[in-house]
Amino acid sequence: MPKPKIAEALDRLSSKAALKNTIYMLSIIIFFALILLPPILGIIIKCGSIQDVLDQPKLMSEAFKAIAASFGVALFVSFIDVVAGVPMAWIITRGKSKWLNVLDTLSDIPFIVPTATLGYSLFLFWGDLGGLSSLFGVPFVSRGWLLVVLLHFAFSFPVVVRVMVGALLDYKLEYEQASRTLGAAPLTAVRTVTFPILKHSLIASFTLAFARSLSETGATMMVAGAFINGPIFIQKHIGEEGALVFVSLILIALSSLVFITIRLLGPKLRMPVRKVWPKAERKLSGSVVTSSRNGITLLIFFVIVLIPSLFVAIPAFEAVVTGVLPEAIGGLGVWGDYWQSLSLSYFVGTVVTLLNVVIGLPMAIIIARRKIGNGPSAILDMLVNIPIIVPSVALGASLAIFWKENFAFVPEIWLLIFAHLSITYPYFVRSMSAAVERISIELEEAGRTLGAKPLGVFRTIIFPLTKYSMFSGAIMMFTRSVSETGATLVVSNLVTAPVLLVNWVENEVSTSTLGLGCGFLILFSFIILLVLRLVVKGKETY
Amino acid sequence: MHYFTPVQTQRRRKHIPDIRLVNVTKRFGNIVAVDGVNLHIYDKEYFSLLGPSGCGKTTLLRLIAGLVHPDEGEIYIGDRLVNEVPPEDRDIGFVFQTFALFPHMNAWDNVTYGPRVKGFNIKKAETIGHEVLEMVKLHKRLDAYPDELSGGMMQRIAVARALAAGARLLLLDEPLGQLDAKVRNEIRYEIRKMTKDLELTAIHVTHDQAEAMAISDRIAVIKKGKILQVGTPKELYMTPKSVFVAYFIGESNFLEGYVSNLSKRGAVIELRGGIKVQARVQKTMEKGEKVVLAIRPETIVIEKGIKKSKNSILGIVERITFEGTDIRYEVRLRNQDLVVVVKPSLVEEWLNVGENVTVSFSSGKTHVFAYPEVGLREELTVE
Repeated sequence: MPKPKIAEALDRLSSKAALKNTIYMLSIIIFFALILLPPILGIIIKCGSIQDVLDQPKLMSEAFKAIAASFGVALFVSFIDVVAGVPMAWIITRGKSKWLNVLDTLSDIPFIVPTATLGYSLFLFWGDLGGLSSLFGVPFVSRGWLLVVLLHFAFSFPVVVRVMVGALLDYKLEYEQASRTLGAAPLTAVRTVTFPILKHSLIASFTLAFARSLSETGATMMVAGAFINGPIFIQKHIGEEGALVFVSLILIALSSLVFITIRLLGPKLRMPVRKVWPKAERKLSGSVVTSSRNGITLLIFFVIVLIPSLFVAIPAFEAVVTGVLPEAIGGLGVWGDYWQSLSLSYFVGTVVTLLNVVIGLPMAIIIARRKIGNGPSAILDMLVNIPIIVPSVALGASLAIFWKENFAFVPEIWLLIFAHLSITYPYFVRSMSAAVERISIELEEAGRTLGAKPLGVFRTIIFPLTKYSMFSGAIMMFTRSVSETGATLVVSNLVTAPVLLVNWVENEVSTSTLGLGCGFLILFSFIILLVLRLVVKGKETY
Repeated sequence: MHYFTPVQTQRRRKHIPDIRLVNVTKRFGNIVAVDGVNLHIYDKEYFSLLGPSGCGKTTLLRLIAGLVHPDEGEIYIGDRLVNEVPPEDRDIGFVFQTFALFPHMNAWDNVTYGPRVKGFNIKKAETIGHEVLEMVKLHKRLDAYPDELSGGMMQRIAVARALAAGARLLLLDEPLGQLDAKVRNEIRYEIRKMTKDLELTAIHVTHDQAEAMAISDRIAVIKKGKILQVGTPKELYMTPKSVFVAYFIGESNFLEGYVSNLSKRGAVIELRGGIKVQARVQKTMEKGEKVVLAIRPETIVIEKGIKKSKNSILGIVERITFEGTDIRYEVRLRNQDLVVVVKPSLVEEWLNVGENVTVSFSSGKTHVFAYPEVGLREELTVE
């Protein structure tokens, strides 16, 4: 097929160094101006208000308790996530059953369910009398810290599984086989060879789960009850700048400290590879232990992650019988607002995803190909992570301060988009830069020596080879944006679907209405993902 | 020079087993990687599995190692059926093509890994470590990590690691494939000498026939998952049993023809253009059968001008290639077939392109094979 003239012209333009550098420079400027600095500056310019908290010892002690609770939950959950997620990734990558593809897809379900909905779903399963508790007659797990832990485990578990599945698929099996031929039992081989080689991925999965747990607000609000962590504390004191700035600053500072520590000490961390217990490890490698481990892993996945995440669908089915469904479809009563908020959520999700692809792609290439030199590119690589670790409610509040006080003319819808841009940007840049890094530079060089211009190389080599990463990056951005609650609540008065659902919970609307509201959100997200997946698959013609 | 012998190997040297494969088949989906293979590898033998890429030789080695499991057939190490025995219990040493040195361990930890995971006491593991590192002459680099070592050094460490684990059977998967030509030649003799000194059985996978010929006691030539012939390098070279073996081991000219006459002394083969030559044929051949006549380039006599002798054919020199020790002539015969003739470059008087020549050969140095069912070109395809 002949190349369209416009593509030819763009290809020619792309070989001009000045244009390339302008694009890279613009993407860096946009990153600092829109993504990184506003959430931080918003807090910093209000530093003076901290005095309000310092003057109230009771408030300060509450704030510290909340921060400690945040870190406690995040550390505990990330640890459990890795312990349970790695065996799950192992089953998916090393198992032989034809059902593994299904299991792989199922493990992504908590990604698809918007977090506020997920929180509600978990509450229904663990705490409500219609769920697991119906077996016992009393709430099995009431709102509080345990339910928060269960919730955080459910939504951060897929993060660990996704990262570790990728790592295990890329892992050169020969190392493990070499270890086996040298006499190591399977467990010894994994402990002394596979895990130390995959150490970076293990740390990365822990870090991502940790960040996700630390910053999550929307779902936590649904299940927290009397439990207060950092983001909930901020949410509860939304009108008090001092409390917001104080807790946000400490959370950002402490989490940055944790991240820098992990980054610096991670590579130096030595796993105990010299000590071996041949007899014990051989016994632990036996089929009984392995089968039990697989069984427990699957049990944890189904009972603690999957079923609670989808439990909300049951009242949605009731809605068909109770007559709520026709009401909903007709947009009667509360449903008029629902459809409006749902449209707003998908509109914002789409705009944010498209914008981030445009501004994030050059950044991903800068990081992967060290376009501005090794040092500066590495610094950018680290800075890109920061928006992930800022609690979303703090990020939203900070953005609101920054934009409303300095640029009051910016419409609210843009504030919402800016907040979602900041929150989702790292997901896309991370997954794309990793994908570009995996492509040998020689392929690009081969394309250039065969006459392709830089844009042509991207279109014909980089894009076809990275389109699945781009797709998964886009999915993560879209779902994250659609499910975002914490930042949305504070950055604007616009009501997106998750915000509306939180309001419904607070206003105690009927279970079937709530269930149906959540069910629609899950169903539509699922359909959108399915269509996207099919579109990407359909274009697979190279 | 005599190598040190690792304690573990010394202890077990009397028990080095034969390896037997009985009707072994391995499939990957629709692809039959190993197809009903029967093979007997003797105690202390240096045995090579030779064949083109994708012929199934590595799968065969991995079956012996227990890294993949056969769909059918039995594998014995000694008298022990090992089909269900995991790799760690087979007492093998496996040297991978990419070496698979553990990147997070230095040379010392890599080499002592085997003794440690087998639960030897520390002193014994260290004794073995020092012995094998000394053996591969890398005892001064024990602190080096794999990425600080050259290809040759990594290869030596990989062999040392396999030996330190007390391997009775050394399995080498294209162990020299990643090395420079010079280093490769040096190391291949070292590996052979080491295995002989330690009285180990070695199975070496390679696609390089020169490498297999240089180091092996015996070779199995494999194509499309089947063993075509097993023999010593000399047997395979002198008496190939199929067109493919004649092609893959050494170099051969292949001329198509028919058996025009059979007698007790041999046969007369009629080549294209009605040229008749005498050759040795297998007893099963019949008059009129379509055949392929194979002649090694170095057994052909080439002379200037027109000479009349037995089995002589006229031709014109079409191309000359100087290969250092040899000179290679491509001669277009009068029936338009092309033959290659190789002569020592220093002792021969060189011919010129376009010169009329006579090529001749002794009937005793020819091989006649039944014409392959799939056609000659397809039969000789190595991809």
